[in-house]
Amino acid sequence: MSGELATILDHIDKIGELDLDDVEPTSHVIQVENVLRPDEPRPSLPREDALAQAPDPAEGGFRVPSPGGA
Amino acid sequence: MSELLELTAAQAAERIRAGEVSAGELFELYRERARGDELGAFLWVSDDDPPDTPPDAPLGGVPLAVKDLFCVKGVPSAAASRILEGYRPPYTATAVERLNAAGAPTLGKTNMDEFAMGSSNENSGFRPVLNPWDRERVPGGSSGGSAAAVAAGLAPWAIGTDTGGSIRQPASLCGIVGMKPTYGAVSRYGMIAFASSLDQCGPLTRDVTDAALLFRHMVGRDRCDSTSLEFPEEVRLPKAERLDGLRFGVPPELSGEGVEAGVREVLDRTVKLVEELGGVVEEVGLPHSPHGIAAYYVLAPAEASANLARYDGVRYGPRKGNGDLLSLYEETRAAGFGAEVKRRIMLGTYALSSGYYEAYYGRAQRVRTKIADDFRAAFERVDLILTPTSPTVAFKLGERTADPLAMYLSDYCTVPMPLAGVPAISIPGGLSDGLPVGIQLAGPAFSENRILDAAYALEQAIGFDGSGARV
Repeated sequence: MSGELATILDHIDKIGELDLDDVEPTSHVIQVENVLRPDEPRPSLPREDALAQAPDPAEGGFRVPSPGGA
Repeated sequence: MSELLELTAAQAAERIRAGEVSAGELFELYRERARGDELGAFLWVSDDDPPDTPPDAPLGGVPLAVKDLFCVKGVPSAAASRILEGYRPPYTATAVERLNAAGAPTLGKTNMDEFAMGSSNENSGFRPVLNPWDRERVPGGSSGGSAAAVAAGLAPWAIGTDTGGSIRQPASLCGIVGMKPTYGAVSRYGMIAFASSLDQCGPLTRDVTDAALLFRHMVGRDRCDSTSLEFPEEVRLPKAERLDGLRFGVPPELSGEGVEAGVREVLDRTVKLVEELGGVVEEVGLPHSPHGIAAYYVLAPAEASANLARYDGVRYGPRKGNGDLLSLYEETRAAGFGAEVKRRIMLGTYALSSGYYEAYYGRAQRVRTKIADDFRAAFERVDLILTPTSPTVAFKLGERTADPLAMYLSDYCTVPMPLAGVPAISIPGGLSDGLPVGIQLAGPAFSENRILDAAYALEQAIGFDGSGARV
């Protein structure tokens, strides 16, 4: 895989050829104003639905092994 | 029965409305065909009773194939990834919900490149899809299952998603119509995220009218997607027969080097047709578009590396590893993600890493500005841009899997549009050695009505016969 990544990075390095000094970066491509909506409370996903797909649900949460091992 | 299969979705909806066939019959007909799928196009087919669609429903009850990237409540939705195998979401994507409500019930979930990363459908975590025109060839990707299903007549119509060409390129390789809308025109809520600043969903259909009909019922602001926007005008069903007064620009950067001769011939024929229909064709530059692939393969993997961090075996999907939490993450991801997804996560995290961020991500965002500026300048001079959709016809299975860069270059003509956020359609322009060639029309943001009208006029003049793909 490292050979493949090197080939891809060689291609990507072509953008180094462009003069981009005075160019603004684009993160969002369509001009939009800040969008605000009223903060209206509405029901959230029921807990049992949120847990229904969990590999190891326990006590109303997602159980995982100890982060520190053992 | 076979006569029904020759109908477009809009024509089938008319028959249902006229009482000549019931929505239930049509659903059963297509369900049987989807169940007998030998192309690998479907990952799941509905067992539900055909829904009772009211006769006045705008989409008539004509069933819809849905790319596996869309969450559908209670239905397997895995983005063709082993890491989400068996996942059944607790909610339905807005686009699917809107189409279901308008009278297009979900027929099944279609195969795709894992997390929409690919141009041949060979990156599916489950199985490849075969091109119905030639089963030794790929259908394109990433919406390869949707494209093959529609082309082969296993589904009347379908939806897919396009990040760098994933609707248009498979539509091109399968000889059907595919449209990537303006960024924000359709809600992304419930679409499993790949690259959020580029992803957009759209129709894959037998003809332009069907594309307009589906698109009309997908658009609009959704409070669950803050980047979605109200479409500024009504989406009209296309009627144009002529192209008088329309100016078309052909960018030499996307129609010269790398475009194979058979594709170029179809493009040249299309240019002549445009002129015969009254359109004016001129050359227009998109000088930064040759850098599109490079910028895309920084930006899309960077966004993907963040979006895919959520797949860790904690909240959904299969879990691997018996030791501590870290080995759970590592083993779940090692087993669940395919090679291309791992490649892109590594590219993305590398591009975002401290010390490389500006050289890669920062520069790629600036290239994106230049590409968008190119389009703005071009659309000062012309109304639409005309290019081939794919530089080549459908390639053989396995032909590009050993060379990721060659695979990436399959999207050479389609990547600049999502980088600029502008809409584009691919329509079949003709055949080259018996394989379909797609023609791409792009326009300014929210010019879908103009694009659909021009595509419709061209479609009538081209008279493409897609029956060669029907199984």
